[in-house]
Amino acid sequence: MPMEAHDIEALIREGFPNAKITITDLAGDGNHWAAEVIDESFRGMNRVQQQRAVYASLKGKMDGANGELHALALTTKAPA
Amino acid sequence: MTDTTSAQDQIRETIEINDVVLFMKGTAQMPQCGFSSRVAGVLNYMGVAFKDVNVLATPELRQGIKDFSDWPTIPQLYVKGEFVGGCDIITEMTLSGELDTLFTDNGIAFDQDAANKIREANAE
Repeated sequence: MPMEAHDIEALIREGFPNAKITITDLAGDGNHWAAEVIDESFRGMNRVQQQRAVYASLKGKMDGANGELHALALTTKAPA
Repeated sequence: MTDTTSAQDQIRETIEINDVVLFMKGTAQMPQCGFSSRVAGVLNYMGVAFKDVNVLATPELRQGIKDFSDWPTIPQLYVKGEFVGGCDIITEMTLSGELDTLFTDNGIAFDQDAANKIREANAE
């Protein structure tokens, strides 16, 4: 069951309540998304740590062959 | 006992023996996923010698690598035993030049001209 943009945003929002989150549908099939997350908590973290935190907020939605979220292109940064 | 523990030992051994390891879907010559193909393509284009590991070979390996690095997606690039990132991070690092620095700092040979060409081709 593919996911909707607001589902993804809601999950990330739980982990990052005051982040600026932008979800883009890459392929129109509910399976290939891009997400940009800008949050103060990323300051001082390297990319792997930042993205690991975002993946954690997705609570296993991406795991496994039948993970509902097949592809999520992530961009993360602290506010400029 | 073929659960992910033995897969983790295999993973640990592979990244210790090889300087650059790409855990991917398919192989460097025959990638079976767009994201894996992109990272393998960058490494091939930059003339970086790397060990490709097809995680589709066994379910234990496919899950084991995700547990090992606490990272839910494939591909995963390792340099000198360290997890560098997935497709997004490698793409960003290629375009920013951080990948060149990482290779240089770790004594990994690569084609500087090729790296520059990638950036020129992607310059907005």
